[in-house]
Amino acid sequence: MTTVTRHTLTHLDWLESEAIHIMREVAGQCSNPVLLFSGGKDSICMLRIAEKAFRPGRFPFPLMHIDTGHNYKEVIDFRDRRAAELGERLIVRSVEDSMRRGTVVLKSPDESRNKHQSVTLLEAIEEFGFDACIGGARRDEEKARAKERIFSFRDEFGQWDPKNQRPELWDLYNARAFKGENIRVFPISNWTEFDVWQYIEREKLELPSIYYAHTRPVVRKAGGLLPVTEVTPAKPGDTVEHMKVRFRTVGDITCTAPVESDADTIAKIIAETATTTITERGATRLDDQTSEASMEQRKKEGYF
Amino acid sequence: MSAIEPIPPIDHGLLRFLTCGSVDDGKSTLIGRLLYDTKAILADTLNAIARTSKKRGMDAIDLSLLTDGLQAEREQGITIDVAYRYFTTGTRKYIIADAPGHEQYTRNMVTAASTADLAIILIDARKGVLAQTRRHSYLAHLMTIPHLVVAINKMDLVDYAQDVFDRIRDDYLAFASQIGINDVRFIPMSALNGDMVVERGNRLGWYTGPTLVELLENATASHAEHNEQFRFPVQYVCRPQESANPELHDYRGFMGRVESGSIGIGDAVTILPAGRETHVKDIRIIDRSLPRAFAEQSVTLLLDDEIDISRGDMIVKAGEAPTVAKEIDAMLCWLSETPLDPRRKYLVRHTTRDSKALLGRIDFRADINTMEQQSAERLVMNDIAKVGIKLAQPLFVDRYTVNRGTGAFIVIDESTNNTVGAGMIL
Repeated sequence: MTTVTRHTLTHLDWLESEAIHIMREVAGQCSNPVLLFSGGKDSICMLRIAEKAFRPGRFPFPLMHIDTGHNYKEVIDFRDRRAAELGERLIVRSVEDSMRRGTVVLKSPDESRNKHQSVTLLEAIEEFGFDACIGGARRDEEKARAKERIFSFRDEFGQWDPKNQRPELWDLYNARAFKGENIRVFPISNWTEFDVWQYIEREKLELPSIYYAHTRPVVRKAGGLLPVTEVTPAKPGDTVEHMKVRFRTVGDITCTAPVESDADTIAKIIAETATTTITERGATRLDDQTSEASMEQRKKEGYF
Repeated sequence: MSAIEPIPPIDHGLLRFLTCGSVDDGKSTLIGRLLYDTKAILADTLNAIARTSKKRGMDAIDLSLLTDGLQAEREQGITIDVAYRYFTTGTRKYIIADAPGHEQYTRNMVTAASTADLAIILIDARKGVLAQTRRHSYLAHLMTIPHLVVAINKMDLVDYAQDVFDRIRDDYLAFASQIGINDVRFIPMSALNGDMVVERGNRLGWYTGPTLVELLENATASHAEHNEQFRFPVQYVCRPQESANPELHDYRGFMGRVESGSIGIGDAVTILPAGRETHVKDIRIIDRSLPRAFAEQSVTLLLDDEIDISRGDMIVKAGEAPTVAKEIDAMLCWLSETPLDPRRKYLVRHTTRDSKALLGRIDFRADINTMEQQSAERLVMNDIAKVGIKLAQPLFVDRYTVNRGTGAFIVIDESTNNTVGAGMIL
C-alpha cells in the first residue's frame, strides 16, 4: 500500500460533500420535502450544508420547527433570525396546538412534552403533504440511530421498523414512497459530535448564546445539572446554585441539561469535547435515560 | 502578533472499512478494542458495559458489549443489520461498517461492502480457514473492496505460535489465488489482549509487519490510486431566474458529486445522452471558485454553452465516454424476501438515472461457499447470480471493477418501492 495522495479530501470536506450529495438527492427525488430546523447546533450545520448545496438558488424546501413551547428564548430568537437572514420560509408547528386539539394528552401537567413532538410532526407532515423530512440526527448519538439508514422509510403512522429497512448501497438512495408514507433523511448520519464542533469552527457558524459558558441557576440532581427555569422551577428542598455552564445539546427545557464548563469560545469547546469523558446524550439528555431502549422505542412511534 | 506559525494539522481524510466474521471470531471484541484503545469510548458508556459484564459474571470488561445492538435484536438473540461506528486517530477518521456474519446475511455484508475501502476478514487461529472465510473473501472480492486484510485472531489461545499463523496464511493464499484475490495482508492478533490492534504488545515479537491501525492509517482511500476517468452524474440543476440579482438570470449550475476522476476549468466535456461538447467555465461551491474538482467532491459546474441538461444526464471529459448501454450483463445480489421474477419489470437506478428494466436472463447462480456455478430459474434472497438485463432507457456505464460509481446499480420493485437488488456491471 502506497502513501496517501495529495488530493485526498480532509475528513470534514468528505463529510460535507456527502451531506451535500444527500440533500441534492432529496431535491432530485422528492416532490415536497422539508428541512427540520430547531436552532440547535446540528441543524445549524444542516443550513450551512443546504447553502453549499443550493446557492445561488433558493432552498428547494421550507424549514420547519416543531416547538414544544418549552424552548429557550435565545434559541427561538436565533431560529427566527437565521431563517430571515437566509430569506427562506420557516414553518413553526406547536405541540401546544396539538394539546388544544386534543391529539396530545399529557399524563400530568409537568410531563415532558418532548416525546409528544412526534404527534405534532406527523400532523404537520399531513397538513403540508411532505414526502420527506430532512433531519440532523447522527449515528454516533445513540445505538438505535447507529443502525438507521440515511434515507429511512416511515409508514403512514410514522413508524420506523428496524427489522424491515431498505438496503442502502453505494451512494444510491431510494426515496420512493407512496402517498401518506414518508422518508426521513439524515445527511449528517456519519458525523460525530466532534465533527460537528470542528465544522462549526471551520465555517465560523454562529450559535445561540447558551452553547457557550454562561452563569445560570441550576440544581444538582442524579449526577447531572437541572436548569432552574419558569418551566422547571426549583422544588422545595432543592439547593439552587449559580454555576458556569454550557449546553452540549439544545432541545425541550424539561429534558436538556447543561454541563459545567468555562468554555466560552468554539476552540475551548472543541478542546473540552476532545477530552470529555461523558457522551453527549449521557450528559445532557434526560429523555434517553428512562430506559435503555427509549430512543429505539420513540423512533418506532414516529420520532425524528 | 506572535511569530510562531501554527503547524497545520495532518488530515488524511476518512477511511471506511468493514469487519467480516462472526461473534465467535472475536469481531465484536476487535471493534470494541479499536474503539477503546483509540479512546472513542467515553466513561459513561464504559461504566454501563462494566456493569453489564459484572452482571453476566465476567471479571474483566467485555469489550464486545460495546457493539451490543437493538432491543429488537436482543429479543431474538441475533444481529439483524449493519451498524456504523466511528473513531479517529487524530490524523484520520474511520467509519466501521459492522456486518453480521451469518450465512443468511449476505445482503448485509454486500450492503456494508458497497461503501468500504478496506475489509478486515477475521479468522480464529484455532480454527483456520473456514467456509465463512471463503464466503466473506468471495463477497469482498465481488464487491471490489480495494484492500483486504486477514486478521488471524485469538493468537493468545495458540501460544502466539508463528507456525500456526504461517499455516493459516498459506491455506488462505492457496484458495485466494483461485478466486482472483492478489493483494492481501495478514496480521497475527489478539483483540482480547490488544496485541497488534493499536498497540504491538510484547508477545508477537516474531512479527515485524504493521499493527492493524498502522495499516489503516496508510491504506489509500478508494479514489486515490487509480487514473480514473471523469464521471459527473447531474443531480440537480440550479436556475435562479426569479432572483433579484439580474446577473443570475442566465445562471445554469449543474450540481452533483464527482463520481470519479477530476476536472479543471477550461476542460472540454461531453454531455450524455445528447453528445454535445462544450467547456467547463467555472467550478463552484457557493461563491468560491475552484480550479479543479476531484472525486467525491460535491460541486456546481458552469459550462460555456447553453445546453439543455437535466437530472440523470452525465458530464464526462471529451474523448473519455463511458459505454451507452441498453443491455447489460451484471452480477446481481438479490436482497428481497420476494424472489426475482424474470417476467416482471423492475426499476434500475444507476447514478442519478432510472430506467425500467427486464431482468430476463439468469446465466448462473454462484454458490458462495463452493464458488460453483449452478443453473437457476429464479433468485431468492441472498442469491448471487450472473444476469442479463434489458433497459428501457440507455445508461452510461463502466465495468464495476474499473469504476464502482458508474458500475453499480440498485433494483427497485415499484409495487412496494423496496430496494430488492444490487448489481455490479460486467
